[in-house]
Amino acid sequence: MSDENAPSPTRRQLFKGLALAPMAAAGIASCSRGSDKPPSPGGGAAADYKPTFFNAAEWAFVLAACDRLIPPDDVGPGALQAGVPEFIDRHMQTPYASGDIWYMQGPFVEAAPQFGYQGRLPVRDILRVGMQAIDAKCRKSADGKTFAQLDHAEQEKTLKAAEAGKLELDNISAKEFFTQLLAETRMGYFCDPKHGGNKHMAAWKMIGYPGMRADYTDWVEVRDRPYPLPPVDLSGKRG
Amino acid sequence: MAIVKPKVDAVIVGMGWTGAIMAKELTDAGLSVVALERGPDRDTQPDFAYPRVVDELEGSIHRKFLQSLSKETITARHSQKDTAVPYRQMGSFKPGTGVGGAGSHWSGCHFRALREDFNLRSNVKQRYGAKFIPEAMSIADFPLSYEDLEPHFDHFEYVCGTSGKAGVLNGVKVAGGNPFEGSRSRDFPLAPNRNYLGAELFYKAARDMGYSPYPIPASNASAPYVNPYGCQMGPCNYCGFCSDYGCLNYSKASPNASILPVLRLRKEFELRAHAQVLRVNLDDSKKRATGVTYLDAEGRETEQPADLVLLCAFSLYNVHLMLLSGIGRPYDPVSNTGTVGRNYSYQNLNRVTLFFDESVQANPFIGIGGGGTTFDDLNGNQLDNAKAGFIGGGVIWARQPGAGPIRGITTAPGVPNWGSAWKKGVKDAFRHSFYYEVQGACMSYRTNYLDLDPTYRDAYGRPLLRMTFDWDDNEIRASQFLVNKALEMCKTLNPKALSGDAKKPGEHYNITRYQSTHTCGGAIMGADPKTSALNRYLQSWDVPNVFAPGANAFPQNNGYNPTGMVGALSYWAAKAIREQYIKSPGALVQA
Repeated sequence: MSDENAPSPTRRQLFKGLALAPMAAAGIASCSRGSDKPPSPGGGAAADYKPTFFNAAEWAFVLAACDRLIPPDDVGPGALQAGVPEFIDRHMQTPYASGDIWYMQGPFVEAAPQFGYQGRLPVRDILRVGMQAIDAKCRKSADGKTFAQLDHAEQEKTLKAAEAGKLELDNISAKEFFTQLLAETRMGYFCDPKHGGNKHMAAWKMIGYPGMRADYTDWVEVRDRPYPLPPVDLSGKRG
Repeated sequence: MAIVKPKVDAVIVGMGWTGAIMAKELTDAGLSVVALERGPDRDTQPDFAYPRVVDELEGSIHRKFLQSLSKETITARHSQKDTAVPYRQMGSFKPGTGVGGAGSHWSGCHFRALREDFNLRSNVKQRYGAKFIPEAMSIADFPLSYEDLEPHFDHFEYVCGTSGKAGVLNGVKVAGGNPFEGSRSRDFPLAPNRNYLGAELFYKAARDMGYSPYPIPASNASAPYVNPYGCQMGPCNYCGFCSDYGCLNYSKASPNASILPVLRLRKEFELRAHAQVLRVNLDDSKKRATGVTYLDAEGRETEQPADLVLLCAFSLYNVHLMLLSGIGRPYDPVSNTGTVGRNYSYQNLNRVTLFFDESVQANPFIGIGGGGTTFDDLNGNQLDNAKAGFIGGGVIWARQPGAGPIRGITTAPGVPNWGSAWKKGVKDAFRHSFYYEVQGACMSYRTNYLDLDPTYRDAYGRPLLRMTFDWDDNEIRASQFLVNKALEMCKTLNPKALSGDAKKPGEHYNITRYQSTHTCGGAIMGADPKTSALNRYLQSWDVPNVFAPGANAFPQNNGYNPTGMVGALSYWAAKAIREQYIKSPGALVQA
């Protein structure tokens, strides 16, 4: 009696087919613009995108920080080539970044780190307030330069201090800011391209992640050779 | 003025595993049933349909199948002298929401408790003497036996299409299964799933150490299957999206795939989604429930009168509703009186990760939630607790529910968190590492409990549930002992690098790190109404027309995932309602 809710063999084959073949028929919106072009040197994919959440100063910070957190090298693309800043700018405009799934009621009190972030800022404001605070600190101590204007070594030193909780900021914990910034950067690097990052699935290719294939029946017991197929994204494109 | 709905025989709060089982059993008995689910309605189509369901960002970051903490959460603290703060971001445990509940985004590990898990306190006393149990440790016997539950374990496995291998069949040991398990009346409905590399190597390493590995019983179908209700399941395709995700393939058992297809067709059954239950209503005697009050989808206060109230929410929220409604006396840890909130326990989960070179194709993106292998040589009566130095055992297992880079890539020791060295670290680790886990029991203590928070409120204005919980030295010793055993075993596989996260002396519970969703106790079943909230049929001692099936009923937690036990207990309670309670409503056990 429940068969109406179970997939017919035909439908199951269709699933399988979709998982292994390009999924033009899947009806998912295509990747964001720029995705069909090869990564350009220098600014990479980030250069083509105009932010709609961050202001100019924040955007300069995001570009500089992403470039340090995931720099381009022989191993794989950098965060800028992969479109990570675009991802973050778009992600900040989702309900998640405005605290939709967090408990946001006060009182907000100090607690041991085992209890997690206890402040009242959602992710998008943790990033904004944190960047403003770091820029303000940099301007005071580095001849008026913002974080983005520091040289790479100075930027890395600042990020390391934030990560270690050794950067005193007004208004916000540098460590919490860094934790969220790094999490967003990694998400943008590894997300499905539909969210704006991971352009051309380059980060998936770097680590050998087959993406959204979601069917490995034929491969679970293969031991003697690497999984051979390139990644597939949610829109059905092959990497 | 609240809207008042026509009275029904039974109202069910929550439509996860326990709610779906109760609804099926009670409509079978001819009762009219209304189920109130706080989240949306969900079904394989369209909610878990490929490809959208496998979006890691939506599933594991936006957590679209889990409850939003903005509506309901808990507060937590380590001890009674601390001020609790809210569980603001999801970490340690992940309650579900919506039809299917946590039963739609679970992995599929489907164990039966060991025979000796049922009478833990008397068993420990008998083996090691009464003084072996610390005074603050409040472990207790379940008020029923393995044999009582065997038919219900069996039935639930057949409903779920559990894939595994019996180790003891009608009292006779069978090669390939768990030789230490309680006797089964039948083998599993389906044969074990195939092994990924990490599981295959686990068999080798465990046998080298003299252990008895067996396939983890997995409610992820290894072959086409039709369950006793006529619901059809398809073979698991190892897609790698189990934990956090609904199953795209009708392979992982869930209320949605395994029970609701039948329920949805029943006239006696009505499901109302987006129905947030606020409290159970009691009459003036406070000994009888008259129904529940909930907010409907538009937020209107609505009363649903019923003769029978079944609390089938996630374990923590069952306790919450009992405390908010005045069902049973709240536990007071100082005077050691009262019952509701008592004996909260958790799971002692630890992980070891093995890193190999490029010749080893670990392929962690290939995943099957409940599949893999484990052994019980350090669990139950196989472990000499006097020698090991702690109470409660655990299992070590190989399990690979599916990894993706958004869910996180564990890098080898010494790799930084960012920069070029991190990129190289994730590239080296991703395809060539896998992990084993230690899943230890967690004892209950007078000092670990649940009550209502004095400060914080949920989106509906109710006090949040407050959790007072920390690791006891007993669990820290267990973690170190079991992780050391796991590391010892892993070394035989000659990994390039190895990392383990055994708890350190004095280490506190960290609610930000995912460990497991096995929150147990708080409204426990027992033989004594002074120390348990529920009798052996999961019926409230104080308000006999309220039943509260769930892991909240466990007096302490054993080394297994709770779902198999939770399902079996629900069928056990349903049988008592059908065969005893309906004929003669009232207390099924005299206090």
